[in-house]
Amino acid sequence: MKMLINVPETVVADALRGMAAAHPDLSVDVENRVVVRRDAPVAGKVGIVSGGGSGHEPLHGGFVGPGMLSAACPGEVFTSPVPDQMVRAAAAVDSGSGVLFVVKNYTGDVLNFDMAAELAEDEGIQVAKVLVHDDVAVTDSLFTAGRRGTGGTLFVEKIAGAAADEGMPLERVETIARQVSEASRSFGVALTAVSTPAKGSPTFDLPEGELELGIGIHGEPGRERRAMMTSREIADFAVAAILEDLQPRGPVLALVNGMGATPLLELYGFNAEVQRVLGERGVTVARTLVGNYVTSLDMAGCSVTLCEVDDDLLRLWDAPVSTPALRWGR
Amino acid sequence: MAEQESGQALDAAFFIRWLTACAAAVEREASRLTDLDAAIGDADHGSNLQRGFRAVAEVLAKDAPATPGAVLTLAGRQLISTVGGASGPLYGTLLRRTGKALGDAAEVDRAALADALGQGVAAVAQLGGAAKGDKTMLDALEPAVDALATSYEGAARAAEEGAVATTPLLARKGRASYLGERSIDHQDPGATSAALLVTTLAEIAGQAPAAGSGQ
Repeated sequence: MKMLINVPETVVADALRGMAAAHPDLSVDVENRVVVRRDAPVAGKVGIVSGGGSGHEPLHGGFVGPGMLSAACPGEVFTSPVPDQMVRAAAAVDSGSGVLFVVKNYTGDVLNFDMAAELAEDEGIQVAKVLVHDDVAVTDSLFTAGRRGTGGTLFVEKIAGAAADEGMPLERVETIARQVSEASRSFGVALTAVSTPAKGSPTFDLPEGELELGIGIHGEPGRERRAMMTSREIADFAVAAILEDLQPRGPVLALVNGMGATPLLELYGFNAEVQRVLGERGVTVARTLVGNYVTSLDMAGCSVTLCEVDDDLLRLWDAPVSTPALRWGR
Repeated sequence: MAEQESGQALDAAFFIRWLTACAAAVEREASRLTDLDAAIGDADHGSNLQRGFRAVAEVLAKDAPATPGAVLTLAGRQLISTVGGASGPLYGTLLRRTGKALGDAAEVDRAALADALGQGVAAVAQLGGAAKGDKTMLDALEPAVDALATSYEGAARAAEEGAVATTPLLARKGRASYLGERSIDHQDPGATSAALLVTTLAEIAGQAPAAGSGQ
């Protein structure tokens, strides 16, 4: 598999150097792997810190900036960052108002953020955590690692960031972030497998003419494989899977997300089908975001995330944001 | 096989030799571990452990602690700071807790190591919320600790057998659990790397199982 890289070992560091060069508003510590908004800590405001394996860009580093994340910790490709990074990020953004960790529900992320929270508290930083676990493809039971955090992460980070920006205290920001997390549901499909730089070839075998339903964002295979479906059929399937789990009473935010290698032309066509089926099912869409936001390297495919919102959450969603990947109202 | 004495003294140098040999073993087996992980996880177990154990070997070469406990604690901390993922905190906790349990004795014997490793494994089970049979590293580690009370050779064999025995299991923890039934018929990469560390321990103790056995 051809890749635009030097050697697999330096992929993350190379990207961070490029990010630093492109975004002077960010302070990028390449060696310690922390991306921080340059004006941090912001007096009187809660810091929002997230992080996770690399390979999901623009998540999380591309969401650092006023109105969203205060800092992000990129791990190796598809590997949770280490506690040292998170403690460093927390210390850099804590104004004394405390820090919220936004954690995607993967065993590694949870363990490392838990360790980091303990270490940060030892340093006198008040830390709260919110877990994102929105992927309906995973059966949530005591006997699994629980649902994965995927597209819902964008909603949590944006709305928590807006809440912090308004000067809300940590406890309130945490409550809002949890509300968004609990109101979010996602479902993803892969048309191709993903190739990590370390492996250099697809991590699972997905033949031409088939697609994988219920995939995560790490090239882990999904739960079911079928003959290739049309955009219309995929939208029907994905939305049905979500609505089986959460039937919204109010309006929703919709994220129609590309996995990395699906052209926007296809993604917008897919969004038309998603909006059609939501209309048929009586779901009101308040806002829609279409694009590659929570990706899986070079995977072709898409995911749909819905988040049920009330007026307060919608106001926070609409609030100004100024990050490399999400930017409006300022 | 000669009878093994629990009294064989294990000093800091022994544990440094073990962890350095682990780094070499992980280096050798990295692509196999990554391939196993590709089948039911995310294809990085080999490269993650490679990064971690390289860092462990480096720090131990630079600054050798004086006691077995200090060697293991330092190595554990190094893994936590460099590996990431789930395996960083889990293997890091395994070594740290084992090191802590050994205290500041200058030398320990096999029985003391078995006891301390048991505490390390219990800490891993608690941290990961997993139990034996969930298709994780515990499937290799728990039988290995039990067998280590008797011999290094037995521990290596038990770990290998435990790793192989994960193949028909349904994963209940970690990333493989997302696959549900599709996780069946694949050997667990975490149990495989755990067995590698225990086998290496037996080798360094001069008590490796005969070649080809337990594989």
